Amino acid sequence: MSDNEIRTLIAQAIDENDTILFMKGSPDAPACGFSARTVAMLQQLETPFAAVDVLPDPRIRQELSAISNWPTIPQLFHKGELIGGCDIVTEMYENGELGEALGAPAQSGPAPAPAGAGPAPAAPMGIENRLN
Amino acid sequence: MPSADEVKRRIETGIPGAAAEVQTHDEVHFDVVVRASAFEGLTRVKQHRLVMDIFEGELGGAIHALALKTEVPT
Repeated sequence: MSDNEIRTLIAQAIDENDTILFMKGSPDAPACGFSARTVAMLQQLETPFAAVDVLPDPRIRQELSAISNWPTIPQLFHKGELIGGCDIVTEMYENGELGEALGAPAQSGPAPAPAGAGPAPAAPMGIENRLN
Repeated sequence: MPSADEVKRRIETGIPGAAAEVQTHDEVHFDVVVRASAFEGLTRVKQHRLVMDIFEGELGGAIHALALKTEVPT
């Protein structure tokens, strides 16, 4: 797979998923403290998110940073826009802006979660899987 | 390796009107708070980029990590 194809897949993933986190490791097994903290905040907000592990191929990170013009991992996107990395997400979480920005039930008001709302779907996007 | 003063000076030169507080224990990891009216109306990502762009090519090198907080003066 060429670098260009990887870039296209990443752009598609950002486009197709309302909230998507590029991280090291998986939400169940984060491989970096910054990724772990970001996952924990998203889970605390009970907001569903897709997750992509950048570790299986260094080109994922390379092409992601080329698209986002952001050097570090994790990177959180919502509706196609980069929300930020761990520092920004932490700051927004702490002042309540994050839930608002993501439209998350836990911070966006008293509206109860719809009946049958389950936990966040586990990593529906597997760029790394498409690389095989 | 840049000193805290040098990082502060470069931020304040790079973003006119900015005030930066810089702390470092080892001159490779920096804790930085930048207050600038230039941030007004920008998303946090764009605010951070204004600062990060000043150190383009040095992050991950001479500057291992820059923990950044941006504020708009009230």
